[in-house]
Amino acid sequence: MSKAWHPIGQLTDIPKRGSRCVATPFGRIAVFRTAEDHVFATEDRCPHKGGPLSQGIVHDASVTCPLHNAVISLETGEMQGPDEGRVRTYAIRLDPLTGAIDLSLAEAAADMTQAAE
Amino acid sequence: MQKLVVIGAGMASGRVLENLFETDPQAYEVTLFNAEPRGNYNRIMLSPVLSGEKSFDEIVTHNEGWYAGYKVACRFGEKVVSIDRARKVVVGENGEAPYDKLIIATGSVPFIVPVEGRDLEGVITYRDLDDTNVMIEASATQGAKAVVIGGGLLGLEAAAGLRLRGMEVTVLHLSGHLMDRQLDEAAGYLLKRDLEKRGIAVMTKASTQKILGTERVEGVELADGTVLPADLVVMAVGIRPSAEIAKAAGLAVNRAIVVDAQLRTSDPDIYAVGECTEFNGMLFGLVAPLYDQAKVLAKVLMGEADSFAVKELSTKLKVTGCDLFSAGDFAAGEGREEIVLRDPSHGVYRRLVIENDRLVGAVMYGDTGDANWFFDLIRDGSSVAAMRDTLIFGQSYQGGSPLDPMAAVAALPDDAEICGCNGVCKSKITGTITAKGLTSLDEVRAHTKASSSCGTCTGLVEQLMALTLGASFNPQAVKPMCGCTDLGHADVRRLIVAKELKSIPEVMQELEWKTSCGCAKCRPALNYYLIADWPGEYRDDEQSRFINERVHANIQKDGTYSVVPRMWGGMTSASELRAIADVVDKFNIPSVKCTGGQRIDMLGVKKEDLPAVWADLNAAGMVSGAAYGKALRTVKTCVGTDWCRFGTQDSTGLGMRIEKFMWGSWTPAKVKMAVSGCPRNCAEATCKDVGVICTDAGYEIHFAGAAGLDIKGTEVLTQVRTEEEAIEMIVALVQLYREQGHYLERIYKWLRRVGMESIKAAVVEDAAKRRHYFDRFVKSQETAQRDPWADRATGGVASHEFKPMAEIGFKEAAE
Ligand SMILES: Cc1cc2nc3c(=O)[nH]c(=O)nc-3n(C[C@H](O)[C@H](O)[C@H](O)COP(=O)(O)OP(=O)(O)OC[C@H]3O[C@@H](n4cnc5c(N)ncnc54)[C@H](O)[C@@H]3O)c2cc1C
Ligand code: FES
Repeated sequence: MSKAWHPIGQLTDIPKRGSRCVATPFGRIAVFRTAEDHVFATEDRCPHKGGPLSQGIVHDASVTCPLHNAVISLETGEMQGPDEGRVRTYAIRLDPLTGAIDLSLAEAAADMTQAAE
Repeated sequence: MQKLVVIGAGMASGRVLENLFETDPQAYEVTLFNAEPRGNYNRIMLSPVLSGEKSFDEIVTHNEGWYAGYKVACRFGEKVVSIDRARKVVVGENGEAPYDKLIIATGSVPFIVPVEGRDLEGVITYRDLDDTNVMIEASATQGAKAVVIGGGLLGLEAAAGLRLRGMEVTVLHLSGHLMDRQLDEAAGYLLKRDLEKRGIAVMTKASTQKILGTERVEGVELADGTVLPADLVVMAVGIRPSAEIAKAAGLAVNRAIVVDAQLRTSDPDIYAVGECTEFNGMLFGLVAPLYDQAKVLAKVLMGEADSFAVKELSTKLKVTGCDLFSAGDFAAGEGREEIVLRDPSHGVYRRLVIENDRLVGAVMYGDTGDANWFFDLIRDGSSVAAMRDTLIFGQSYQGGSPLDPMAAVAALPDDAEICGCNGVCKSKITGTITAKGLTSLDEVRAHTKASSSCGTCTGLVEQLMALTLGASFNPQAVKPMCGCTDLGHADVRRLIVAKELKSIPEVMQELEWKTSCGCAKCRPALNYYLIADWPGEYRDDEQSRFINERVHANIQKDGTYSVVPRMWGGMTSASELRAIADVVDKFNIPSVKCTGGQRIDMLGVKKEDLPAVWADLNAAGMVSGAAYGKALRTVKTCVGTDWCRFGTQDSTGLGMRIEKFMWGSWTPAKVKMAVSGCPRNCAEATCKDVGVICTDAGYEIHFAGAAGLDIKGTEVLTQVRTEEEAIEMIVALVQLYREQGHYLERIYKWLRRVGMESIKAAVVEDAAKRRHYFDRFVKSQETAQRDPWADRATGGVASHEFKPMAEIGFKEAAE
């Protein structure tokens, strides 16, 4: 399956060092904007106990889960420190000229098709 | 009672009074004159005040409450003009005071270089708080220039402080190298180099010809014709003992007031102590011998025998990052040999002077770790012949294998002096730690005075604590706030105020954060500190708040939220209850529960619904209960005189007043309060952060209780008569906590850290201070009392929080 890009809005829709979520058929996806205006997208579920990562505090390229303070790398989706586990990350792109953000659901969709086969 | 009059409330007389009152607070009725309009403070810590590392409040030794406690009649801001020995009265500017015994403790005055222009505005000396404030003010002008005349201890501390405040600073020093009375040329050179690295210009062999300007100072002209522009000139070239009134009264005065080993002057009823004295032809300029004098004088006043003797002195400079030490006599001479160690790449220099196999002098720069050990060798006068070859490497190299620093401290003899300022030896510190069960540095300071003056011995004192307490003591007493910084909460709070840091990026930049934008531990803490310290100026950073405080509701384990509106003092009404019932129905809220704080919790609200839920609650007159915040939570009450047959006061009314006055304020950690109408205590006020117990006589103010992971009854702060007084007291207490508490530190932990005495001194004993904290709270409430629910439900604040950024449907996703 090719990578279909879904426009989800503008960079300025997300607060700096903050996040929003996107509702999708595969569940909620959290999109993050760092202090340096990089954007990331992950599943909105902490690998620890399912906390909504979109509600956490964003620092550098990480987010701290609001429920029990697990720290998750936005680049890799992996839990930092001694804990193990990772969240699914999604491809996301930012047009530096227009500030438009697109999200790809290919990773999630691929899983679905595998399951269906 | 015998009348004791004291002229001068400085460091020396302050210590005399402390020692005296410790033995017998009833022995004398004391009258204390001070030319400065304030009581005794730690003068030597003016330098950290100048540099912004400490506030003046932190260096006050005796406050209003202390003087009141010992019934000292304070006549501050009143100079003594003469002493009438025949009538035994002291004549002050505002009247006389009769004495049985008199102490002259007038200290000294800075020496003014007799050059043209010395009276111009902007030319000052460095002796007291007023001087310090003038310097701080001068440094507020962008690009202002300062010239410091005198490169001794005082001048350099002034220069370093002014530089830290952003001034362009030049130090002029007459002799060939800095601190020439304490350092040799090589160490003076290293010091100069270090100061220059900090951006301080140093000119040696610079002789001031005149000070230029018409009304205000404009510059300084040197003997060689050089002209330096200046907005501020600080003269720090030396001091002259203040002995005029003694001389005019006919007492024996040489260069200073002559005293014997009992500190008696030529009049047996008049004593002198401090820098205004001369003993065996010697003058004084450091506090250590003055504290010895004070100890002796206090005993003599109690009729006990003791005599003062001069010990060797050592000098340290209190400029952060310039470690230097000098002691004894280090002049080269016949029969003297020296040992020198240089490590230029590390800026280390050591020089020892030995005479007849005894160490007589030591100068160290860069690494002063062994200073105390050398100092002890100088004072003992024991032979160093056996370790002559390795002596210069310090204590660790003696006796075979090198010792680690802890072992080195362990090896110090019991009578080794640890704190030079206060003359405290090793065994006194270790003994007191064990006897009194001390566990923190502050406690050791309070009980032994060690490390409480200049603070350069703090490292040693901590090592002794580690030695005595073993593993239970963490020598790195400051726990860093988080992995992003090495600074602890206390330092960060202090520096935010001192350096006037007003935003999170500014804090991180100035305090050298190790991460680019902090973490979930430090950001909420910094956000709180900035809100508390700069009310009205600082803009709350939503992204640095935990989700609960960002969306003003409590996140639950399934990602839904709970909503708790305020019920003032636990009172509600039919219309409020009806509105709550309607909201529960309308939004299908699954659970409704009564909280422990006398209000109602609606659990399981979907995030998207929050603004609409709030709008409905707002419409019924309810506001956010802040049940989610590090903030004032509830004020629980009992029904009081309105209904209860035991009630002594209107506890419900007081609870409501407190809650209405204080809601909306952010605090280091949550604050729960309660007001009980009688000592039966139905509102359980004695396990709250702040509690009030009403009695027939008024209101007992309690605080520092806990009923969570820890269970702890409250402590009584004080008792007041009226509701107004109760509110003022509580508000001042909470404001003090807001300004001192570490983030997430509950009130009972704050109390444990800072001690009851300091809290009482600030809000109970000193009415002016209490008012000051009260006013600050009121100021901060001006911007804090906005209902965050209304802002979000109808005010359009943070609307992005409550709806998804986009929705991708099944069809689009499948494409
Ligand atoms: C900036 C600075 C840094 C210092 N750093 C150090 C250091 O690191 N280590 C060290 O050991 N020492 C240091 N010192 C020196 C130390 O502060 C003094 O040795 C000490 O304060 C002297 O104590 P004292 O009580 O004799 O005089 P003071 O503390 O000066 O007290 C004298 C008081 O008497 C009052 N007075 C004078 N005349 C009259 C009068 N006629 N009527 C009423 N009141 C009068 C004055 O207003 C003053 O308050 C420093 C001094 C300064 C200024
Ligand atoms: S040596 Fe100055 S406080 Fe101890």
